[in-house]
Amino acid sequence: MSLLLEIAGLTVGYGAGPTAVLAVQDVDLAVHTGEVVGIAGESGCGKSTLALAATGLLDPPGRVLQGGVRYAGQDLLRLPPAALRHVRLRQIAMVFQASMNVLNPVLRIRDQFLDAMQAHGITSRREAVERTQAVFELVKVPARFLDAYPHQLSGGMRQRTVIALSLVLEPRLIFMDEPTTALDVVVQRAILQSVNDLRVQRDFAVVFITHDLSLLIEIADRIAIMYAGYLVEEASGPELYQQPLHPYTQALMQAFPPLGAVRSRLQGIPGQPPDLRQLPPGCPFAARCGKVRQGTCDTVRPAMTIVTPGHRVACHLYPVSTEGGKQA
Amino acid sequence: MRYLTRRVLVLLLTGWAALTINFVLPRLMPGNPAEVMLARFQGRLSPRALAALTVEFGVHTHQSLLAQYVAYWGHMLTGNFGLSLTYYPASVAQMVAQAFPWTLGLVGISTLIAFILGTGIGIAAAWRHGSRLDGVLLPVSLLLNSMPYFWFALLMLYLFGFVLGWFPVGGGLNLAHQAGGWAGLGAIISHAILPAATITITAAGGWVLTMRNNMVAILGEDFVKFARAKGLPDRVVEFRYAARNAILPNFTGFAMAIGFVVGGALLTEIVFSYPGLGYLLYEAVLNLDYPLMQAIFLFISLAVLVANFLADLAYILLDPRVRAVGRS
Amino acid sequence: MTLRAFLTNRRAMAGAGILVFFALLAGLAPLIAPYSPTNINFPPMLGPSAAHLLGTTANGQDVLSQLIWGSRDTLIVGLVTATLISGIQLIVGIFGGYVGGWIDEVLSMLTNIFLVMPGLPLMIIVAAYVTVKGTVPIIFVITVTGWAWGARVLRSQTLTLRSQAFVEAAQLSGESRWRIVLTHIVPNMAGILVANFFGAALYAVLSEAGLEFLGLGNVNTVTWGTMLYWAENDEALLMGLWQWMVLPGVCIALLGTAFGLLNFAVDEVVNPRLRRT
Ligand SMILES: Nc1ncnc2c1ncn2[C@@H]1O[C@H](COP(=O)(O)OP(=O)(O)OP(=O)(O)O)[C@@H](O)[C@H]1O
Ligand SMILES: [Mg+2]
Repeated sequence: MSLLLEIAGLTVGYGAGPTAVLAVQDVDLAVHTGEVVGIAGESGCGKSTLALAATGLLDPPGRVLQGGVRYAGQDLLRLPPAALRHVRLRQIAMVFQASMNVLNPVLRIRDQFLDAMQAHGITSRREAVERTQAVFELVKVPARFLDAYPHQLSGGMRQRTVIALSLVLEPRLIFMDEPTTALDVVVQRAILQSVNDLRVQRDFAVVFITHDLSLLIEIADRIAIMYAGYLVEEASGPELYQQPLHPYTQALMQAFPPLGAVRSRLQGIPGQPPDLRQLPPGCPFAARCGKVRQGTCDTVRPAMTIVTPGHRVACHLYPVSTEGGKQA
Repeated sequence: MRYLTRRVLVLLLTGWAALTINFVLPRLMPGNPAEVMLARFQGRLSPRALAALTVEFGVHTHQSLLAQYVAYWGHMLTGNFGLSLTYYPASVAQMVAQAFPWTLGLVGISTLIAFILGTGIGIAAAWRHGSRLDGVLLPVSLLLNSMPYFWFALLMLYLFGFVLGWFPVGGGLNLAHQAGGWAGLGAIISHAILPAATITITAAGGWVLTMRNNMVAILGEDFVKFARAKGLPDRVVEFRYAARNAILPNFTGFAMAIGFVVGGALLTEIVFSYPGLGYLLYEAVLNLDYPLMQAIFLFISLAVLVANFLADLAYILLDPRVRAVGRS
Repeated sequence: MTLRAFLTNRRAMAGAGILVFFALLAGLAPLIAPYSPTNINFPPMLGPSAAHLLGTTANGQDVLSQLIWGSRDTLIVGLVTATLISGIQLIVGIFGGYVGGWIDEVLSMLTNIFLVMPGLPLMIIVAAYVTVKGTVPIIFVITVTGWAWGARVLRSQTLTLRSQAFVEAAQLSGESRWRIVLTHIVPNMAGILVANFFGAALYAVLSEAGLEFLGLGNVNTVTWGTMLYWAENDEALLMGLWQWMVLPGVCIALLGTAFGLLNFAVDEVVNPRLRRT
């Protein structure tokens, strides 16, 4: 496993002035070849923003304020547009959260696939069609829908079509932002399974975003937990399952008990996430935290601490280690 | 096809309304304008022509309104629009038939150019929206869109006709009677350039504005962002994904726009003494030539109706979603 | 919030600035105008001079005084017509869209017919039949031909709003139709209504100019449109009286641009999809 994508100190804001929203703050995250990294957190904590910023797809008013993203040794955010274009889809693909509306309503599905392949140098129509049919099979959409227009597909089919599109050029990294929310559990499993099989076969990495922590625990090699724009904990899947350190992670586990566990009381986390325009000083989770320590938690922002190798957390319950925050 | 059926219905109803307005107006207006007109032409027309007019405008008649209406329709359907008072003894049909191709050529071509030009500029402005170009284009288009057509035409005529002498300043009316051949064509073109340029410049402003706004809205859509995420070249995203969708509302808004342009074009013809329907209408208004006025109104309305219908057809061809509504 | 966005919008402020300028001109005409606009006792065809800053017309009237007084009628026609048009749009669009059923069918068919009917030719023949010339018939004619587009926009907006949760909730709680329209629907469309109002004002000003230029208004009143009518009849440009011909057109274009800017800016403020970054 070698380093593929490295997000370092990334801070992203929407807008400017007093109403600016800091949606991602000082996030470090690494993705290695062939691994599945999960990102979880409540709605609005900045998951999608992180994914968009990390792939250079952020639109105004969104702006990267600090930090950078390196992909295969290049500074992705400073790549000239022409070079960035060649990275997209071919190297890094993105399955958007709003898969419903990401297909061009006036073009047939087939043409939208052909456009993509032509843009990346696949000029043989036969090859393009064959590739398209192969990925359609993978996501279990009948090939006849290639001739359909997007509005003729069901929501779930549209999502699967977009997943198929992300796979068609066999990229090295795929961001999947809640790719299966419109699908029922059975189809969801089946698709994730076939994506995973393919991943093992072709060795690409996946960054999987969801608020369903239990799902991540099943499929992810490593999991990062976000809260109010901050990355608050990161660990391997099993480690996080057995030993969630951050009180917020623990609360999330309660909210989404892993499959198989007794779903006795499915409860949300009490309270509301803070206003991202005006974060209180101290730990952003302090106001909702059961283990809050007055005087520390509400005044000092916790730094990232490596607790054991591969497991780091930003919480005052775990004293700062000497190596500092960054993961080795 | 439900959409098409509806459009045909609107077409027929509007045609009926245009004809009926012609019937109702002279009978409805206070002060009996038709009688005033007849009084003016007493002695200048043959008694038979005068008698026909009294029937046509419902003056001093014992027929019931319904019978008059039926007779009126009979006349319309057989192309019997009566005699022109201004050009007596020429018939209205003759005068209109002579002028119509001139207007169709001038207005048709310049509207088409304005549409293409304005749409193109609108696309470019939206693609760079927020830029200096966009910032300048917007007020300029607003200004062009707010200028009285005929006034701009007068200035153009003065500047390029009288001061610079690049184009003929009159004599267009004789064109209709000139010999054909290449020389004739050259004369026609040299007389048409200035009015065509006037119409094109003023009409393009409106298209710039609508297209720019549609396009800005579309650029915020997920499918445009996804097109970029696919790594498509900018040109493809701009035209095949964004503009292709942004142009669709122009077809539904076509009715109002074309009505506006045609109105402006008629005034432009008057300024340039161009031998089309606009100038004829002006003469008719000056001379209270109601039969001629009515026929011109009718023909302009029908031409606009047909243009609208063509726009509807184009819309159906361009938007698969409308087609689908028709099929189901 | 919305108001602030509007007040900080450069285009809105530019439009409002021009409008206020013309409104002041119109309101203070008797105080500012050097002469009576109908006084024909000056030497005709004067160029600009200290006594007549913009010269005189071929009929011996002071051009500057005419321009200043002309703003009155033009503004009145623009604003009154826009008010009437907005009223019709409100009734046809919102009421039709909200009530639905055959009333809506009829109203929207009517809208479609008026939409397709070319406005200026219709105005011309109606105006030609009207035997009394003047401002009132012009307002009438423009109103009748100008309401359709906005009504259509309002109707489709109403249909969208009608199916939204808060309106349905109000229906379930038994509020009367009119109450719902007035308290839930109209306030939510305030932005579109205002934008349409300025769009209609632009349409009215341009149409008025066109009709008056054709001599279909009362050519003895002083408006920018009739100034152009006389300037054209007396061949102002050929006589070298360019200010007589150019300035009324510039004023119309500026006033039109002001309405256009306001229309555009309001649209931008209420429609987040158009907002600039
Ligand atoms: N275009 C935008 N303009 C302003 N604020 C935005 C914009 N997009 C997102 N935000 C804000 O940024 C924050 C993070 O949004 P983001 O979409 O990244 O959350 P998320 O974690 O993906 O949520 P979800 O699980 O609901 O998808 C939110 O508070 C949101 O309100
Ligand atoms: Mg998201």
